[in-house]
Amino acid sequence: MESIITWYARWIREGKLPVTSDWNAELRLKFTVQDPCQLVRKSLGDSIANDLRFVVKKLVGEENFVDMHPNKSNNYCCGGGGGALQAGFPEQRRAYGLRKRNQILATGAHYCIAPCHNCHSQIHDLAEYYGKKWHTIHLWTLICLSLGILGENERAYLGDELAALGL
Amino acid sequence: MCLTCGLCSSGCPASGLEGMDPRKFVRMAALGMGETLLQTPWVWMCTMCKRCQHVCPMHIDIPALVYEARQHWPREKRPRGIVASCDASLKTETSSAMGVSPTDFEFVVRDMLDEVRTTQKGFENIVAPLNKKGAMFFLNQNSREPVTEPDEMVPLWKILNYVGADWTYGTLGWAAENYCMFAADDEAWERIVRTKVQAVEDLGAKIWLNTE
Repeated sequence: MESIITWYARWIREGKLPVTSDWNAELRLKFTVQDPCQLVRKSLGDSIANDLRFVVKKLVGEENFVDMHPNKSNNYCCGGGGGALQAGFPEQRRAYGLRKRNQILATGAHYCIAPCHNCHSQIHDLAEYYGKKWHTIHLWTLICLSLGILGENERAYLGDELAALGL
Repeated sequence: MCLTCGLCSSGCPASGLEGMDPRKFVRMAALGMGETLLQTPWVWMCTMCKRCQHVCPMHIDIPALVYEARQHWPREKRPRGIVASCDASLKTETSSAMGVSPTDFEFVVRDMLDEVRTTQKGFENIVAPLNKKGAMFFLNQNSREPVTEPDEMVPLWKILNYVGADWTYGTLGWAAENYCMFAADDEAWERIVRTKVQAVEDLGAKIWLNTE
C-alpha cells in the first residue's frame, strides 16, 4: 500500500502536475497542515511528512505555509482517530481537540489542510465548535484550484475569498 | 520498564480526561491495578495515536495496553457507534462502514461521472474506471464521499486524469476505513483487511493506493 501524497509529490517533481502558487501571490492566504498519525507517526514517518510539505508549499507558496509546532512525527493527534468520532463522547473528543485548536490558532493560518478523513472531520468540527477561526480542506481541492480545474460544486470547504477563484 | 518521567502524559491531549493519563495508566498496570483499568471509558477517548510511545525513552507501547483494555470490554458494552460501523462493514463485500453495497457504489460513481462529463467543460472524456484489470493503482475511498458528498470525489478523479494515471476503483473492497480495528475486534479487523487485499489482488493491480 502506498499513499497518494507520495505520488502527488512525485508527479509535481516530474512536471506531470504543474501546480503553482500564483493564485495566492496577492491573496497571501496562510496555510498549515495536519500530519495524520496513521500516515506519519504510525506508518511512513517523516519522509511522507516532508512530501506533504513539499506539495503544500508548491501549492500555496513557501512564504504562505506556516508549520504547526510540534510537527511531523512529533505532531499531536487531532482527536478524531481511534474511532473517537463514533465513540459517543463528543465533549471529551472536543476537549482532546483543544490542543489541536490551539496549535492551529498559533500558526495564524486561514486554512488547515487535513489529508485524512478522520482528521478532516475532526478539525472541521473543531473549527465549527470553537468559533470558525479557520477553514479545513482536503489537499485534492487545493491541487485542482491551483490547476484551475476546480468545479463549482467542489468548493464546499473553501472560504469566501476562494469560492469563485478561477471559475 | 517505566521511568515515570511523564513525557507521555505531558504530550498527550487526552491527559486529564476521566482523571486518567498515559503515565497513570502504565503505572496502574505495573502496580497490578488492571481491574480498574478495565473499567475506565478513557480507553475510548485515547485515540491510540502513539505519540506517548514516540516520546517515551523506554518506548513503552502504551497504546497496545489501551487496545488490550478495549478488548476486555464485552462487545455489547463497547461504544455502539464504533461497533455498528464495524458490523456494517462486515455485511458488505465493499467493507464500507456505512454499509454501501457494490451496486450502490457503482451507481454513485457512474452518476457523478456522467454529471461531470455533461456539465464541466474540458472534462467530456474524464474517466473513473471500475474493476479494470491490471491497472497500476487500485484506489480506495472513504465511504463518506459516495454517501454524503460525492462531489468531493471529482477533484481526485481530475488529478488522476490530469497525470494520465492508470487507475481503477474496485466495486469490492474499495472502502478505506476499518472500524473493526477501533472496536478492538481482531478477527473482524483481519477479515476486513483480507477482503480488501483480495479485491486488489483479484484485479491484478500493482499498487493499493490510499487516498487522503
